[in-house]
Amino acid sequence: MTTASVLNRRDFLKTGASAGAALVIGFHLSPSAFAASAADQEKKPANPFTAWVRITPDNQVTLILGKSEMGQGIMTALPMILAEELYLDWKQVRIEQAPTNPAIYEHGTGGSGSVAGSWTPLRQAGAAAREMLITAAAQHWNVNRDTCKPTDGGVLHGARKQFLTYGELVDDAAKLPVPDFNTVPLKNSNDFTIVGHDQKRFEARAKSTGTAKFGIDSRPDGLVYAVIARCPVFGGKLAKFDATKAKTVPGVRDVISIDPVAAGAFTTGGVVVIADNSWAAMQGRKVLDITWDEGPHASESSASLRKQFVENASKPGKVFRNDGDADSALATGAKKVDIVYEIPFAAHACMEPMNCTVRIGPNGAEAWVPTQAPQWAQDIIAEVSKLPKESVVVHTTLMGGGFGRRYQADFVLEAAQVAKATGNKPVMVLWTREDDMQHDFYRPASYHHMQGAVDAQGNLAAWKHFQTSTSIAAVWDKDGAEKPEASEFATAAFIPYQTKNYRIEYTLAKSGVPRAWWRSVEHSSSGFVVESFIDELAAAAGADPLEFRLRAIGDDRKIPDFTNPKEGKPLDTARQKAVLKLAAEKAGWGKPLPAGVYRGIAGYFSFESYTAGVAEVSVKDGQVKVHRIVYAVDCGRPVNPNGIVAQVEGAAIYGVSAFMKDAITIDRGRVEQSNFNNYQMPRINETPKIEVHVVNSTEEPTGIGEPGLPVIAPAVCNAIFAGTGKRIRRLPIRAEDLA
Amino acid sequence: MAITFTLNGKAQTVDVSPEMPLLWVLRDTLNMTGTKFGCGMALCGACTVHINGEPARSCSTPVSSVAGKKITTIEGLSADGTHPVQVAWMAEDVPQCGYCQSGQIMSAVALLSKKSNPTDADIDDAMSGNICRCGTYQRIRKAIHRAATMQTGKATSAA
Repeated sequence: MTTASVLNRRDFLKTGASAGAALVIGFHLSPSAFAASAADQEKKPANPFTAWVRITPDNQVTLILGKSEMGQGIMTALPMILAEELYLDWKQVRIEQAPTNPAIYEHGTGGSGSVAGSWTPLRQAGAAAREMLITAAAQHWNVNRDTCKPTDGGVLHGARKQFLTYGELVDDAAKLPVPDFNTVPLKNSNDFTIVGHDQKRFEARAKSTGTAKFGIDSRPDGLVYAVIARCPVFGGKLAKFDATKAKTVPGVRDVISIDPVAAGAFTTGGVVVIADNSWAAMQGRKVLDITWDEGPHASESSASLRKQFVENASKPGKVFRNDGDADSALATGAKKVDIVYEIPFAAHACMEPMNCTVRIGPNGAEAWVPTQAPQWAQDIIAEVSKLPKESVVVHTTLMGGGFGRRYQADFVLEAAQVAKATGNKPVMVLWTREDDMQHDFYRPASYHHMQGAVDAQGNLAAWKHFQTSTSIAAVWDKDGAEKPEASEFATAAFIPYQTKNYRIEYTLAKSGVPRAWWRSVEHSSSGFVVESFIDELAAAAGADPLEFRLRAIGDDRKIPDFTNPKEGKPLDTARQKAVLKLAAEKAGWGKPLPAGVYRGIAGYFSFESYTAGVAEVSVKDGQVKVHRIVYAVDCGRPVNPNGIVAQVEGAAIYGVSAFMKDAITIDRGRVEQSNFNNYQMPRINETPKIEVHVVNSTEEPTGIGEPGLPVIAPAVCNAIFAGTGKRIRRLPIRAEDLA
Repeated sequence: MAITFTLNGKAQTVDVSPEMPLLWVLRDTLNMTGTKFGCGMALCGACTVHINGEPARSCSTPVSSVAGKKITTIEGLSADGTHPVQVAWMAEDVPQCGYCQSGQIMSAVALLSKKSNPTDADIDDAMSGNICRCGTYQRIRKAIHRAATMQTGKATSAA
């Protein structure tokens, strides 16, 4: 058996508690890597001509992308920022994926943080390069540099009517001292010609012609293919296996076993069938004779988890926030609402199943990885191969979806384990759809007991939120030092709805099911809970849902991020009210609708962005049809408005899946769903008309890959209530809950 | 076993197990990776190709069944991305992650070959076998209408 040594050292630079960084953005695995990065990974700004922009003498400009493209459009948005400061012609720019180099790049791509986190550093890098090119031109002409102007990919000396292309200047420019990033002049935003203007996706042609290369399309010379039989029960492991039959399948080359790694990458281990092609490997796997040791979670089920939730909810939880006296206010409130919301596990279901291709040679390793965390992949392959990290080349490929799933490294670790057994031959470990669905890291299941009151004047008087869930943080830290509640409450712990009596409690539920970040992470659950509950309170107060929200938000003010006050941006109530009003106005809130069609509204703050959505739905024969969704989003300065609209359209459909379809259920310690027949996806015939109105803000850009999601389920369910009087309090929506 | 078919206009012979699905012959034997693996059960449409002009799920099509037939894959649609459906896809900026789009485009081309000016209901019927997890459906719909307009030679639609 191949063995993997310690791969469980890790460090949360930021946890899911932070609204701006709901994904963990730093992992450090080996003890040495941990030590080296203990200084909080302060990166010195690199020479921009080394890190960010490559210009050849023939004036071809290549901008370097340090983040991973999974469909969110970062391969377009980030180079736009560089190109803007460099005064480039966007149509002539080429884009290239950066090599994995954590000393220069913060590769981790998640938490809707790429544009927000890169905005200033990339502007500074682009501006520094531009200033160096201007200086080189001034020196060439021996003129005052104030008389030189960057334009159209070169530097112009107006008086002399002379022009030097960047290609002609770059050799000299790159040798100049790099300006101080803190003082380098940034372009006046009034002069922007690229940022803020719709740009088409850079790689749209490759993705329309079948030439785009995803991880699964890696075909290095000599490639062999492998699939792994994993224990279907979470926490189980291999007891014994017989590969005699599998080895007789034509095309099967070898059958081996790999050990699980219990922490860090959290792999299951299993029996690996290595073959000449993917199909032969799958055929070989079908005839393996395996006995599993099902481990400690073999009796877990969705029913047992729900029982645990109910038991937890019968007792007080750990108090996470306590303002005023919620219990007294509840006792004296004029109208009370006391209800429970339930949310199931959900799978990511990226269209490209997990896969990773690795070759480990005697002097170096090479890997082709569709990953949101290339540096983690590099660390792991180095650890498994016992090679120095510098000898491990990771090619970050395009990803056929990520949604948080590809921030994990389980699929990398096991591929590295297998590659140790294939000698110098590259091997692709391919996951089938069933593997992908049954060995995911799921959106946590949760149970929310909500109690609230409105006073005699119809104003919000008390808000009490008890949550019990299978926390994400508890996966990483079973002792609870990381505060399991911190990854479950984010915005839900500093809602904009003003009340003096505000209490939040949490109890961790134990589960063997792996959990992690699913698109919008905790907001997919808490958005539904908070925005359904405020709607229930509005109904209790007899108020219009929009008017009640605006009144409950109250004055313009900034509410500090309760879970991460130092790093998280505060919630600006004026911006939240503005998107609610904008969505309502564009949707025609209050105006008549066709017979049988009803409206619902929701607004939410997540990833430091403000969203609101109005849904128009009808209900017939136990079926919900969503006709139209009108969004207003404020994610700060829009870098690529077309990309923002696309992300919100996509988040809407992902959100539709969450309330109409997604439910991963557990029986005998394993996932009951296996493929798209029993874990269904929204399809084109279920797609509503989606309109997205983007606020033309001048604030710093904030996240947009995820914030479109949380408002969808509550907006739709609030519309269902408006039309039928039925409250949907558990997801996904079931026909019996509509009856 | 040697099996011969026409692939993107050229004769192609492969020597593989007859029951091996066409998808894996394309991807692993011929290294033509434009056609994607999504589910292996004809549930998602990522592997859609044309067999004698009809859309088919290559993941569930044994290669022996295509002997003597004409296969078109995304690579065979145009030499340079100039098929009207591809042009429309780029014009509407349809792809996000892009993984499902080869299959979406092959389904859309098959639809337009039968119905030059499809209604929204026609699009729903023809395209509901193709899953897009990024949720690009609204743009797919627009792109099909745009391609229809291009192919029928009408003025460019604003749809």
